[in-house]
Amino acid sequence: MTDNRLDGNAAGGALREVFAVDLTAATGQCSNCSQRLALAESRLYTHAPGLVGRCPGCDAVLFRLVRGPGRAWLDLRGVTCLQFALPGAT
Amino acid sequence: MARATVLGRLTWRVATVAAVRDETPTARTIVLDVPGWPGHLAGQHVDVRLTAPDGYSTQRSYSVASAPRGDRLELTVESLPDGEVSPYLTRVLSVGDPLELRGPIGGWFVWRPEAPEPVQLVAGGSGAVPLMAMIRARTAGTAAPFRLLYSVRDPEAVLYRDELRGASEDGSGLDVTYAYTRRAPEGWPRPPGRVDAGLLAETAWAPELAPACYVCGPTGFVETVADLLVAAGHDPARIRTERFGPGGGRP
Amino acid sequence: MSVIGIVSPGFSGRRRGGAPDLPPGQYLTEDFPVLSAGPTPHVPKESWNLTVTTETGAAHHWDWAGLTALPTERFTVDLHCVTKWSKLATAWEGISLDTLLAGVETSAEYALAHSYGGYTTNLPLEDLLDGQAWIAVRYDGEDLTPEHGGPARLLVPHLYLWKSAKWVSAIRLLNEDHPGFWESVGYHNYGDPWREQRYWGD
Repeated sequence: MTDNRLDGNAAGGALREVFAVDLTAATGQCSNCSQRLALAESRLYTHAPGLVGRCPGCDAVLFRLVRGPGRAWLDLRGVTCLQFALPGAT
Repeated sequence: MARATVLGRLTWRVATVAAVRDETPTARTIVLDVPGWPGHLAGQHVDVRLTAPDGYSTQRSYSVASAPRGDRLELTVESLPDGEVSPYLTRVLSVGDPLELRGPIGGWFVWRPEAPEPVQLVAGGSGAVPLMAMIRARTAGTAAPFRLLYSVRDPEAVLYRDELRGASEDGSGLDVTYAYTRRAPEGWPRPPGRVDAGLLAETAWAPELAPACYVCGPTGFVETVADLLVAAGHDPARIRTERFGPGGGRP
Repeated sequence: MSVIGIVSPGFSGRRRGGAPDLPPGQYLTEDFPVLSAGPTPHVPKESWNLTVTTETGAAHHWDWAGLTALPTERFTVDLHCVTKWSKLATAWEGISLDTLLAGVETSAEYALAHSYGGYTTNLPLEDLLDGQAWIAVRYDGEDLTPEHGGPARLLVPHLYLWKSAKWVSAIRLLNEDHPGFWESVGYHNYGDPWREQRYWGD
């Protein structure tokens, strides 16, 4: 049973609407089980009032993204220390 | 095409349908002109937004099927029987019509032509779409040899059949293996069935070659294949996956 | 509304009615969409438990036999989901919160519902009372399936459906309001569909 879910790749558009970097390729650590992963690797629940990304190791909530008219809310409390690649930058 | 290191915010663009091409009885490729398209990487997707006259609006994600090439973009859309968006894209949308989209999206499930390691692609059904973009993005200078394991319901459901045959016979370094899940062609050596450890061992790059693996398909397929690859000894860090489902609508 | 894009020629979208008796911004649906923010918990009735704790720390427990021994009611209500679908005249069976909380002594003003799987949602305690809320155990004449929150879910139909916690496991009665899973990330703290209280500040 895989429930009704995708993966963090599918959150790319909603996140890129807010951020000028691609957050799905950023890596972070699950604050529950300490697994390191790219947000693209999270289990993404989209049949919900917002997007919910969960840890593939322990199912803990990594992030929640809600999009309203003219506003967006992002809660990243389940992820610690995001690392971004900055190609071309020093 | 040069890509800015720091991307701008994602905004909606209006594309125009330049051509449509039926790939299978249920899948259609839509060729789009997107003025000012910033270019994309193989594996990336776009969001498509449809709006009804009364303001009702809905959006879905679709993988880009084409290699980066100017302002042209190709999407291949599989029509879902109960779908709201895919039947419109495959049956109603016509040449000359406008289509709103934004992208490119996603920096994880991407392949860059300069990457030297062998590439193992595993497609489940219409999961072949972003993998086809990777196959098409190979250039004369691409050193990486490609293998595609393509799990598909029956021969009629295969996307890009002729192009895949051509690319696997032209000496450009592509091997294609089909795994039919429901019905195989007459005389096919393997009975219909799902991808399993034996088929992977037989047809995929060995773990010792440290290939970059890209797996795309329905959620259950992707997780089964990713588990099989890990069990076979592939480094989980070299396996990139992309799941799609009825709600996500990709590809 | 978000910024409306260009109209897509020939696109009408899934058939939907804007019936006059719907709250603002809602569309009518005939099926019953399944929304979920996580894996669907499969809780056997034998191990199912509901706990109500009060502001003093007093705890009240019901197992499945204990819950279903309470008087049940049949009720027909309209459902309004914040994702804009509404489903009218849904038939349920369950235990009124008035019945459940009859023996619970409290002066708390707020409630925080918890679910198997970790979901939470908050609401004023008074919105759970006076015939406005139930622990639902049957839908459309059948036991409630896990997809729709079975074996038992909270049902508070006068608020947006995210307040009707599926797989309810506990209700904490509190002196202070604690925003729940969606209320803490942009969704309205109260969520009255007739006042279209979808997001913070609505």
